[in-house]
Amino acid sequence: MKFLSKAYIFIIFALLYAPILVVILFSFNASGNLSNFSGFTLYWYKDLFRSGEAIEALKNSLILAVCSSALATVIGTLASFSIAHSKNKYYQSIMKSVTNIPMMNPDIVTGVSMMLLFVGVGLMFKLDNVLGFWTMLIAHTTFNLPYVILSILPKFKQMDKHLIEAALDLGCTPTQTFFKIEVPAIMPGIISGLMMSFTLSLDDFVISHFVSSPDFKTLPLYIYNQTAHEVKFSMYALCTLIIITILVLLIAVNLAGAKKDKAPRRKPRRIAKGELAK
Amino acid sequence: MKTKLVELKNISKSFDGETVLSDVSLYINDKEFITLLGPSGCGKTTTLRIIGGFETPDQGDVYFDGARINDVPPHKRHVNTVFQKYALFPHLNVYDNIAFGLRIAKVKEDEIRERVSEMLALVNLRGFEKRNVSLLSGGQQQRVAIARALINKPKVLLLDEPLGALDLKLRKDMQVELKNIQAKTGITFIYVTHDQEEALSMSDVVVVMADGKIQQIGTPTDIYNEPVNAFVADFIGESNILDGVMLKDYSVKFAGHTFECLDSGFETNEQVDVVVRPEDVDVVPVEQGMLTGKVTSVTFKGVHYEIIVDIKGFKWMIQSTDYVAPEAVIGVYIEPDAIHIMKKSEYSDMFGDYSTFSDEMDHLSDIISEEEE
Repeated sequence: MKFLSKAYIFIIFALLYAPILVVILFSFNASGNLSNFSGFTLYWYKDLFRSGEAIEALKNSLILAVCSSALATVIGTLASFSIAHSKNKYYQSIMKSVTNIPMMNPDIVTGVSMMLLFVGVGLMFKLDNVLGFWTMLIAHTTFNLPYVILSILPKFKQMDKHLIEAALDLGCTPTQTFFKIEVPAIMPGIISGLMMSFTLSLDDFVISHFVSSPDFKTLPLYIYNQTAHEVKFSMYALCTLIIITILVLLIAVNLAGAKKDKAPRRKPRRIAKGELAK
Repeated sequence: MKTKLVELKNISKSFDGETVLSDVSLYINDKEFITLLGPSGCGKTTTLRIIGGFETPDQGDVYFDGARINDVPPHKRHVNTVFQKYALFPHLNVYDNIAFGLRIAKVKEDEIRERVSEMLALVNLRGFEKRNVSLLSGGQQQRVAIARALINKPKVLLLDEPLGALDLKLRKDMQVELKNIQAKTGITFIYVTHDQEEALSMSDVVVVMADGKIQQIGTPTDIYNEPVNAFVADFIGESNILDGVMLKDYSVKFAGHTFECLDSGFETNEQVDVVVRPEDVDVVPVEQGMLTGKVTSVTFKGVHYEIIVDIKGFKWMIQSTDYVAPEAVIGVYIEPDAIHIMKKSEYSDMFGDYSTFSDEMDHLSDIISEEEE
C-alpha cells in the first residue's frame, strides 16, 4: 500500500514536471536539435537577448504586469473594504459571487467578449486601432481583480473588529483608521494578491491574444508567434527564464502568507500565579 | 458639589427587531466609579457602546457635560474605552500602542515620551516599551489597554468586562489596582461586568440591569441590603426569597410564622416578597427555633458550611460556621433586621428557592453565559 501511494505520487510529479524539465534541459543543449544532447551551452540565452523583438516583448510584459497588478491591487483593496464593511449580508454574498464568476469563466470567452467590447466602443467613438497597451491594461486588471479580492477579503474577516473601534476611540478618523490599522492588518493579503496578479498577468496568453495589437506584444504572444512554424531553441531558453521567474514569485507569495499566519495567531499566554506581582 | 458628566435620557435600542434597551435613564457624576451589572444579554454592553459612540440609540438622548452627543462620532468624544478583548494593535509594540492616541492628536514626541513613561509606571509595566503586544500575558495586555486609554486623559473611561479573560487570582489583584488607578487619576470610570462580587467591591454606584431595563441604582450596600425586587436580591449574592403577607407595619407572616421586621409603609395584608440572606439565618436547637426543618444537604465551603434545609417544602440556604449533620432536624432563628420586604414584581416566584440548587448547575450557566458573549 505504502509503495503504491509513493509510486502514485512519483507518477504525478513525473507527469507534471517532465515537460518542464525537458524544456529546461534542452535550453542548454549545444547541438541545436532534439535528437541528441551534445553538451552544455548558454548560446541560446545569448541568442535570445540578441533578438530586439524578444527584449521588447519582455519589456512590454513587465510594464503591463507591474501596471495591471498595481491597479488591480488598489481597486481590489477598496472593493474588499467595501464588501467587508457592508452590514448587508445579501450584498456581501452577492458581491462575492459576482467577483468569483470571472475566475470560472473560460479565458477564451473572456478574451472574445473583451475584444468585442473594445472594438465596439472603438467603433462608437470612431477610433482606429483601439487595441494596444490600454486595452491590454484594462483586460489584465479585470481578470486580476477577482484574485486580489479573493486574497484580501479573508484578511478583513480575520481582523479583530474591535481594532477599528479602538482606533476610532483613540481619535482616528475613519480614513486614518483605514491606513493606520486596517492596511497593516490586511498587508499579507495585499502582498499575496499583488504577486499573484503579477504572475497571472505575466503568463496570460489567451485573453491577451484577443485584445492585443501587433505593435504591443507580450512575451507569451511573442513566443507563440515564434513557435508557429518551427520552434527555435532560444524559445526554450525564454521559457526556462519565465518558469524560474514564476517559481520565485510563487515561493515569495507562499512565504508572505506563511509569515503572516504565524505572527498574530499566537494567543496570549495565561499567567502563572504570582507572576503579576513583579 | 457633584456634577452630572454623562446622562442618558429614555434610551431605547433594538437590533433586528429585538429590544435590547427599553427606556433606560441614568446619570453619572464626575469622578465616580459606576458599574453596570447584569447577566449577559441585559443590555449593559450596549449601554456602554452608546456612551462610547459605537451605537446610536433608536430613541432617547445622550448628554455629555451638558451637550447632546447622539450624533457625535466616537473619535470626537472625550471618552476612551478599554475593550473586552483588549484590541491592542498587533503591528505596534507596547510603546507605540500607548502613544497611539497622542500621535493622532499630534502631540510632540518629547511630551509623548514623558507621558508614556508616566503611564507605564502607573500600570506597572516599566521596561516593556519595546515588547511585542501579542507576546504579552493577558494581565499585561490588559495593562497596556488601560494605559493606552488613560494617556489621552479622557473625562470618562469605559471598561467593558476588562477582567473577564483573566483567572481568578489575577482578577482580584487587578480589581484593587483599577480602583487605585481610578482614585489616583480622578477619572470617571464606567465599568461593565456580570460578576456581582466585582461590582460590589469596586464601585461607588452599582446599576443593576436585566432584560434591557435598569432594575436598581444604588451604592453596593444599598443594593445588597435593600434589593428592590426578587431579581436583584437573587443576582446579588445568595438569598432565600419567600412569599409573605404584610400583616401590619413591622410585622410580616411567611413560612407559617409571624416575624417582627423593620419595614413599614405597605398596605395591610399586602402580598410581598421576603428576602432573608443565608448568612443572617441562625441555626438553633429545635425548641428555640422560630421555624424547624430537615437538613437535606451540607457542603463545606472553606469559610462556612452551606446548608440546605427543607422547611415546609421550601428549601432554604443557610450559611453557618457550625457543622450540622445531613438529615438532622434543626430550628432556625431570624433577627428582625435580617428580614427585608420587597413589593411583588414580574420577577417574583422566579428566584430564591434552592430546591434545584447545585454547584454544578451554577458553573454550567456561567460557562454558557460566557460563550454567549
